Amino acid sequence: METLTPRSSNPAHVGRSNYDEEPILGVQFDDVEQQHESSIMGMWLFLSTEIMFFGGLIGAYTIYRFMSPGEFALASHHQNVPLGAFNTVVLLASSLTMALGVRAAQLHDHRAIVRWLILTAIFGTMFLGVKAIEYTTDYREHLIPAMGFQVPAEDLEKMPDMNVGRYQMYYVLYFFMTGLHAIHLIIGIGLVLVMAYLSWRHWFSGAGETQIDVTGLYWHFIDIVWVFLYPLLYLISAHASS
Amino acid sequence: MSAELASSGTPGEAPTQGPGHGPSHDHDHIHPAPRFFLFRYVFSTDHKVIAIQFLFSGLIFSLLGGLLALAVRWQLAWPWKPIPILSRLLWADPSAGYQMPPEFYNKLFTMHASIMIFFVVIPVLTGAFGNFLIPLMIGARDMAFPRLNMVSYWLMWPGFILILYSFFVEGGAAEAGWTSYPPLSEWKWSTPGSLNGQTYWLLAVMFSGLSSLTGSINYITTVLMLRAPGMKLFRMPMTVWGMFITALLQAFALPVLTSALVMQTLDRVAGTNFFEATGATVANAPAIPGGGGPILFQHLFWFYSHPAVYVMILPAMGMVSDVLSTFSRKPLFGYKPMVIAIGGIAGLGFLVWGHHMFQSGMNPMMGATFMLSTMMIALPSAIKVFNWLGTMWGGRLQYTSAMLNAIGFVSMFVIGGLSGIFMAATPVDIHIHDTYFIVAHLHYVLFGGSMFAIFAAVHFWFPKMFGRMMNERLGKIHFFLTFLFMNTTFFPMHIIGMHGHPRRIADPSIYEFLRGSGTLGMNQFMTVSALVLGAAQILFLLNFLYSLVLGRKAGDNPWRSNTLEWTTPSPPPHYNFARIPTVYHPPYEYSVPGVEEDFLLQTQPRPAKAGPLDPIMA
Repeated sequence: METLTPRSSNPAHVGRSNYDEEPILGVQFDDVEQQHESSIMGMWLFLSTEIMFFGGLIGAYTIYRFMSPGEFALASHHQNVPLGAFNTVVLLASSLTMALGVRAAQLHDHRAIVRWLILTAIFGTMFLGVKAIEYTTDYREHLIPAMGFQVPAEDLEKMPDMNVGRYQMYYVLYFFMTGLHAIHLIIGIGLVLVMAYLSWRHWFSGAGETQIDVTGLYWHFIDIVWVFLYPLLYLISAHASS
Repeated sequence: MSAELASSGTPGEAPTQGPGHGPSHDHDHIHPAPRFFLFRYVFSTDHKVIAIQFLFSGLIFSLLGGLLALAVRWQLAWPWKPIPILSRLLWADPSAGYQMPPEFYNKLFTMHASIMIFFVVIPVLTGAFGNFLIPLMIGARDMAFPRLNMVSYWLMWPGFILILYSFFVEGGAAEAGWTSYPPLSEWKWSTPGSLNGQTYWLLAVMFSGLSSLTGSINYITTVLMLRAPGMKLFRMPMTVWGMFITALLQAFALPVLTSALVMQTLDRVAGTNFFEATGATVANAPAIPGGGGPILFQHLFWFYSHPAVYVMILPAMGMVSDVLSTFSRKPLFGYKPMVIAIGGIAGLGFLVWGHHMFQSGMNPMMGATFMLSTMMIALPSAIKVFNWLGTMWGGRLQYTSAMLNAIGFVSMFVIGGLSGIFMAATPVDIHIHDTYFIVAHLHYVLFGGSMFAIFAAVHFWFPKMFGRMMNERLGKIHFFLTFLFMNTTFFPMHIIGMHGHPRRIADPSIYEFLRGSGTLGMNQFMTVSALVLGAAQILFLLNFLYSLVLGRKAGDNPWRSNTLEWTTPSPPPHYNFARIPTVYHPPYEYSVPGVEEDFLLQTQPRPAKAGPLDPIMA
């Protein structure tokens, strides 16, 4: 365990005497504030690369849906909209608890940090559980590409001249995008739990404000991605019903 | 003030403390360099060590990439004649007379391009020089995230291993070109290289991309957050500007390539149909349902790979600007316009990817837009070329090998840039698409451009990196040989390209119009030139290795240059600056009136009688 003595002799931080602990300062930084801002900026940059990464997928989605709106709408009928809505609420709630965790870190309240972070992880896990239920249903209905994918007979009746490949493309995109989102979420849950553990053990030289803030940014990003994925994947038919 | 200048005018002395310094710059938390070899030189978080790791691995891979190119040249000059020695080692098939198998030719050009782009030019330019120079030039002790920096180097290694291993898997290395278009790259039966090699290729390029991505996050944060006091954005050397804007390009373009590569990988291994056309069929096989579109891959690929072209030239432009200004003993002509031009090239670079796809078919309106945006890139590029000429004009030029290579860069970039405007025009491009004209163009930009800049940068910063000078005589012989034979190798490609010589074809003589002695003779001439060009690089290698051990000891500032890295000892100590320097002016104050020396370190204030700086040009 690291020592908890202040490492910075910067007089700018002397006034913060109500905080018992100062974060360790990296040698390349002038002061703790610069270190904190750099970490935040690094995470924002990483998130912008993530946005571009999901952008490639959403670009593919846009093109294929534009080319075959009928197939996409038909395919999206098999999504469980209430479950998706429930999951959206769960993730939004997890963002709230995450934000409260970040606030607790700023206030150096270790007990609150642990509490809010564990709640965040529970919400994240709950989301994954619901997702697993949905995936299982899709598997039973033979809707997973490359795992015995079959276009449901009733959809073929409704649209006999459909482009079967494009219909499958909806599911390829669905599983790819939600799967990637789930992987990000699993990484996020791991990060949040590690932060909670480290905070519980008073491992951080400060209260881990920077580390928990950065984790929070990542968590909110996962949340926002879902906020885009949900309407793109679940709510197509609401517009295409005419 | 003048007394102070005289005393601190000797290069390398610790910069004098300027006014306005808070106590925050008196670092009391500098740790000594790790003593243990493994952490000091292998798993190091020191940006300088990481830079040298990138440099060495890049140079080693350039040998492999170069040899692959020579094998390509051999086949084009003497089709189906066995290559001495190599043919017996690599495709020992006496029944075919040790001929190169045609698919092997496809492997050669695919791997030549992939290795040179993803494992040599990008890692050397951004990984080696970006890593080494950014913290030193902006007056920082290290990158913002040193451990992430180490990760970015070690992410290259899975890439190195996968790309080398792919030569030995069943079916051999990838064959679909560095562009890796589906369906050739997706259907396993389409060509032997697509059996397994393509998957390894995809993973290798993904690792290389992740390395660049983590690196770029580090570079952007470092440049924005860790500049020394007084180092305003418009006081940064062009090298840092080039690296910074390159990092922005990478951060925003690379993830799109990664998503395309992931999709292609899934198509190959998980049975998805992202890039499989509806109802596609090959060789009377039953049509596949498809549902995807091969063109989508091209869009996603070029959305990255056109900006990647600028990733390979913008750092080079930055470094060449610094070298030219130093050895002209003159301020860089139009510093701010140069910065804006780099930004303009990068910004436009995001809007031009479609010009690679004129032949793939697109809405004519789109084609015209891409044509226009592509031609507009000529404007900032021309600003840069004229400003380089303006920098040299009337200067006291010192023809060191670094300077010669920089001048080589400018002249070759003019040719490569102008031929680029040809192919920007859709009607012309329809004719020269996929011919050797394109090959000529890209080699003028990548060899004539990026490689000459790398040579210039190695000669220029070698003393700072290793504390020893490179041999100037060897350097000059290397430059003149390289310059001459680079031109004899690549210039005739313009001519045969205009004649219609296609690229990526093992034996062009299957076409009647390419069977003449003219085309073949030129191909043989180019191959002989390429062999000499390759041999000339041995001089560079010898010079590099010899100077590493036995080179003359370099002083702190052997080139009498202005930027911050020359205020540190050569090689710089573990955390670069014992005391963070203060910066007083832009980096190109050479031959300032009223200053005794013909250079003025950025840590020394400009004398009052030198007058104010030009608000637009400096």
